[in-house]
This record gives sequence, structure tokens and C-alpha cells, in this order.
Amino acid sequence: MPNMISLRIDGELVRVEEGHTIFQAAEAAGKQIPGLCQMKGLSPVGACRLCVVELAGVNRLLPSCTTPAQEGMSVTTQSARIKSYRRMIVELLLAERNHICAVCVSNNHCELQALAMKLGVTHVRYTYAYRSFPVDTSHPRFVLDHNRCIVCTRCVRVCAEMEGAHVWDVMGRGVGSRLVCELNRSWGQASSCTGCGKCVQVCPTGALAEKGCAVEEMIKRGQSISRLAETRGGVL
Amino acid sequence: MSAAAVKARVATVWLDGCSGCHMSLLDIDEALAVLAGRIRLVFGPLVDAQEFPEEVDVTLVEGAVSSQDDLRLLQAIRQRTKLLIALGDCAVTGNVPSMRNGLPVKKMLESIYIQGVTTAPGVPKTGVPSLLKHASPLHESVRVDLHVPGCPPKPEAIAFVLKELLDGRKPDLTGQVKFG
Ligand code: SF4
Ligand code: SF4
Ligand code: SF4
Repeated sequence: MPNMISLRIDGELVRVEEGHTIFQAAEAAGKQIPGLCQMKGLSPVGACRLCVVELAGVNRLLPSCTTPAQEGMSVTTQSARIKSYRRMIVELLLAERNHICAVCVSNNHCELQALAMKLGVTHVRYTYAYRSFPVDTSHPRFVLDHNRCIVCTRCVRVCAEMEGAHVWDVMGRGVGSRLVCELNRSWGQASSCTGCGKCVQVCPTGALAEKGCAVEEMIKRGQSISRLAETRGGVL
Repeated sequence: MSAAAVKARVATVWLDGCSGCHMSLLDIDEALAVLAGRIRLVFGPLVDAQEFPEEVDVTLVEGAVSSQDDLRLLQAIRQRTKLLIALGDCAVTGNVPSMRNGLPVKKMLESIYIQGVTTAPGVPKTGVPSLLKHASPLHESVRVDLHVPGCPPKPEAIAFVLKELLDGRKPDLTGQVKFG
């Protein structure tokens, strides 16, 4: 029998198995915490910071996807302060690359766009970076458009952890971070890619897409990847 | 601006956009008839006025700020209008016009007007305003009172915004509008 622990989430008493993260405990209690890098079935990394929560007695906000739930914790998942930080993060993501939703393959099916709408982001307060990014069309079936990548690393993890190919990685630091294929090759040249398409399905934005999709046509099936992970076991 | 007998002075402006936002404004259908009784359209592509007038209550601006002319007009609008509304993604985010921002202006113009052009290649110099380095959202140049994203914004959202403003309320657009 696994050890059970009790904690409070938004005032509600929640009992979960030891080893769960705060994010998982909140989910088990039917609470929705936003997250763009988090995905059921993939290891958590705390990259996007959208899942931040308040913890009683701790001054700074903590990412709920990588913070283990502990006995006696008191967690707040929604507050004015949390919301203002989540909005800031979404705006920074939009300012950093070139998100032109009106001409995007993922328009109306994008997790970033949907979250902006939910958080009431009607404009971006930061000056847009207006940097140019490459688009890799060298793979026979898929496209990678860096203009729409939020460097969440879902693709990196699904490819390494589930497909076992580890085609993707991230190079550089901070705003200079960029997704790379193998040791910075074009995707079409990658000898390790099996063409399974898992990375495309988990990508929360229009950065990874199937070739030939027009505006709004790329609908992802991320849940099927989570279900596959569950049937293989090892998912909390 | 209460529901007094005096009609609100409203202007609409078309900067670097495709006029789709104006189309969406006209698409508010019967709401237009109701609004018509409460507003007076004093400037825009839908009326004749040549100069942007003084003392405007609400100005809806479509399009990004792309040229010197856009910037000058926008600055005049800001001085002469109480509430400046960014209407649609081009005005709110830069949108499609901003896709040129990664290229230097000179290179961009040459690639359109010279490279591969057989009939009279050359960048037009007269009768067209000079382009700014970037096509940018309104709020990077002036203070904006309300942003209504969408490409174009839904007619219902535009009708809601106008009605709320005429009733003296600041519209809360959370969950009602989206980019794209
Ligand atoms: S990836 Fe999402 S936010 Fe970015 S342009 Fe596409 S729809 Fe918009
Ligand atoms: S298609 Fe499959 S193997 Fe290729 S990069 Fe994507 S996840 Fe990895
Ligand atoms: S390509 Fe998609 S999944 Fe991969 S890091 Fe970028 S946004 Fe995330």
C-alpha cells in the first residue's frame, strides 16, 4: 500500500498518494491549473511556469508540476497575484516569437491562444521582439516553424521518453534558446527520426505541424499520447 | 458619455489593415440601426470628412502603424479623441503587416518591386508615404484605452464594446475575444 498524505488545495482537504506533485494532487481534486509544458505521460520539467501556485509560508510562487505534494501543505491555485503572473508569462511568450494567429495552422486549436483568451489577455504590454526565425520544411511529412515555438520541450520529452529516439534538444540559453534536431541538423537529415509524429501531436502550438495543413487545419491529438503512456504504465 | 440627448461623436480609421475590421463593424446588423440613433459618425472610410476632427468621443482604429502617415494621423487622433480603441489584430498585435518586420525596409521593397520584376522595376518614391522600420501595434506609439483583438473581431464583440461605451461602462472582454 502506498503512503497517503493529506494537504489543503484552495481550502479543500485532498488525500493523495505520496509522490504526487501538487499539480497531480490538484487534478485529482478536480482543479484545473494551466500548463503549457506539463503533459500527462511525460516527465515534468517546470519550463513554462504557468502552473505556479502559492504555498502558505513560502514567499515566492512555486511551479506545481515539479513541486512534490507534502503532508500538511496549504496550496492556493487561483489568486490575483497568480493570475497577474500567468498573464505576464503568456504575454512574454507572445512577444518573444512571431505569433500571427490569423495565418497559423493551429489557429483556433492552439493551447497558447486558448490560454491567452481564458486569462483575458487582449494585448501584449511588452514590446515585440520582431526577430526572424527559420522554418524547417526538410522533413517529408512534418514542418517545424520556430516562429511559433515556446520551447516547452514536450517534443523533446515525448521523442526521448516514449519513442526512444531523442531527436530533439534545446540549445542556447534564455531568449536565445532554440529547439535543435540531433546535433543541429535539419529534420529531413535526422537519421534517428522514425517519423512517428508524436512530437507533432504533443506540441501545444503551431510550431510542429503536418505538412500541407492550411490555416486552422492542424488539430493535435495530444490526449492519445497521454492515453498511450497510461496503457504502457508508469504514469501517476 | 451618458445616454444623453447629445449623440456621441465616433470616428473610424483605417491604417495598415485589409478593411476586414470595418466589414465586421458593418456586420453588426440590426445593432447598427440601434447605434445609429446614438452616435454621429464624424470621420472614417465610411464618411466624407478629409481632416480628422476635434473633440471626438470614441475612435476605432483598424490596422497597424506602418508608415510616417499612419503615425502622424494616429498622434492627431490621440490628441483629439477621448477613447481610442484598437480594433482587430493588426492594431492590437501588428498581425500580418508585421510579418515584414524581420526584413530591413529597403531589402523588403527591393524584393517586391525589383527582384524578378520585368516591367518597369523600381521602388515607387512619389505619392506613397515612407515606411517605418516596423509595422507595429498602436500601443507601441500612443496610449490605447481598449484592445479588441480578432482577425477580424467578431461583430458581436464590436457591438458589445460600442454599447457598453455608450452606456458609460468599460467593456470587460475576458473570454469574449481572441487573437486570430
Ligand atoms: S501557435 Fe498559437 S498563439 Fe502562435 S500564432 Fe499559432 S495559433 Fe497563434
Ligand atoms: S517524428 Fe517521432 S521520432 Fe521523429 S522527431 Fe518526432 S517524435 Fe521523434
Ligand atoms: S516545437 Fe512545440 S512542443 Fe517542441 S518545444 Fe516548441 S512549442 Fe514545445
